[in-house]
Amino acid sequence: MALNDDYLEYPLRRHGYDHERYAWSMLSERAPVIWPEGKTLAVWVNISLQFYPLNQRGKPFKVPNGMTMPYPDLRHFSLRDYGNRVGIYRVLKALAANNITPTFAINAQLAEQTPYLVQRLKEHGGEFIAHGWNMDHLHYGGQPIEEEAELVKRSVDTLRRVTGQPVRGWLSPAKHQSFNTPDLLAENGIEYCADWVNDDMPYPCDTKTGSLTMVPLATEIEDQFVMSQNLHSEDAWVTQVKDAFDFLLEESREQGGRLFALNLHPWLVGQPHRIACLEEVLAHISGHPEVWQAPAGEILDAFHQATEQA
Amino acid sequence: MKESLGVYDYWAYDQRPKIEWPGGAKVAFWVAPNIEYYELDPPMNPQRNPWPHPHPSVPGYSIRDYGNRVGHQRQMALLDKYGIRGSISLSVALCEHHPEIIQMCRERDWEFFSHGIYNTRYTYGLSEAQERAMIRDSMETIHRHTGQACAGYLAPALSHSERTLDLFAEVGEELFGDKGGLYTCDLFHDDQPTPVSVRSGKRFISMPYSLEMNDTIVYAVNKVEPRQYATMLKRHFDRLYAEGAESGTVMCIPTHNYQVSCPHRIKAFEEALEYITGHPDVWVATGREIADYYLANSYDAALDSMAAQAATAGKQG
Repeated sequence: MALNDDYLEYPLRRHGYDHERYAWSMLSERAPVIWPEGKTLAVWVNISLQFYPLNQRGKPFKVPNGMTMPYPDLRHFSLRDYGNRVGIYRVLKALAANNITPTFAINAQLAEQTPYLVQRLKEHGGEFIAHGWNMDHLHYGGQPIEEEAELVKRSVDTLRRVTGQPVRGWLSPAKHQSFNTPDLLAENGIEYCADWVNDDMPYPCDTKTGSLTMVPLATEIEDQFVMSQNLHSEDAWVTQVKDAFDFLLEESREQGGRLFALNLHPWLVGQPHRIACLEEVLAHISGHPEVWQAPAGEILDAFHQATEQA
Repeated sequence: MKESLGVYDYWAYDQRPKIEWPGGAKVAFWVAPNIEYYELDPPMNPQRNPWPHPHPSVPGYSIRDYGNRVGHQRQMALLDKYGIRGSISLSVALCEHHPEIIQMCRERDWEFFSHGIYNTRYTYGLSEAQERAMIRDSMETIHRHTGQACAGYLAPALSHSERTLDLFAEVGEELFGDKGGLYTCDLFHDDQPTPVSVRSGKRFISMPYSLEMNDTIVYAVNKVEPRQYATMLKRHFDRLYAEGAESGTVMCIPTHNYQVSCPHRIKAFEEALEYITGHPDVWVATGREIADYYLANSYDAALDSMAAQAATAGKQG
């Protein structure tokens, strides 16, 4: 039996997008942005600190890097927990050695349950951004809006309370959203969202409830994407990150400001056999005269300032 | 369901009449950027889910959007640099969504061929009339926005029916006579163009497009490292270039702006383009140019050779 004829109807076939979240615009056609002190490449390093529950529900899907074995999957539970106990402290040293001020995207439940970790992150210095409740509380299409609204509010409120920071940014667990997520974020005073990896610069997002800016946190060069999803070697990851950085630096010289965003997971890159690769990467992306390293909130402020002036 | 599609017979690679490309080139080289539009909330198809997660599948949608917002101009700049005109495998709804991209390609005299309406609308489950209407819509849209008579087809998301090639050839003939509906990119059985029989009897060929060199297959399916992709492309070229001294071959690099134009990958792609176009006996062409040349100069000899080989096999059998 053939499909209904409406399978060949396209009500949103029109100029721009098939949604109204943000405007269609090609990066190289926009007015160039210059970062503070005349820098061309903004470097944002995000550390994702995550809690993967042992009793994973997997609703509506099992997140990458979550539990895969029958309950209780102690191997994956404890390997992920390793990042918050051990890996992060190696990563903090590597960041400090290169004078990098990161963002810490932390699951609110983890922040609430590990005040010592939060204290150490605050002492290191950096911006906390909301990363949902935990890695098994996803935001997804079909989720009742009341349920998601409570989840966003609980995550943001908890993180603000335990960190004492305003918490301006958001990274969804697994970068997954519902159609309502941007509205709910803005409603809770979130100013920027890192989930949409469709640009190498920030851009404005429309919501029903307030202003929101997308600040893309690249997936393709993430440690977990390259080494855990693609199963490339540590050395191959180093090469890819360096190549990405070198290319964006060159493009920023020719075309105007670009954002280089690197997402890291201490449970992966904080392992003894990988940490030297992170050190190599951080050294490579630091110390260039054209580079401005800052946490995403400062990059957002500079972006607003530059685009309002333009 | 059939055991084989039956649109071509066995025809051995080493027993064919010589293909001679213009200028004595050994390899006809073409680059086929797929410029695609994936919908955020497409209708479900009973045989294939457009996205692996409940909609909106932000990770998949947004990286594909990266291809159009950011990647396209990076790849276009590279093709300009190496004197290559792209042959675009086009989700034709892009003519409506992002006409600015279409305009840039028109200014460069690139070729547009049909890759369906959206890459999230599949052929599976369509009746013959529905599939014909979809193909016709795609070819008319290309013509309306670019003035081009669409010569080639790559089914959307490589979703096919048993009739796909027949319908494309027929609609091409109806709309554009012998200027349209000339080649398919949907078959991966050869490194040279080959005649393909369609039910209307139209002179119709398969154009080597290569799934093996397709960046999405390489990166997203086979999980290859970027620099290894450059090595693969160069080795692929080296062998086709060497064999092309005996009879012309075709090399295609099918690309996607959300794969090859990412910052960690584009240098590797450039390395391959620089290498390939740096050889003297390479005919840098578009899909249509290769198809037209083959149809005019090699197609009839190919049919004769195929018939002769089949007859010989029959005697031996």
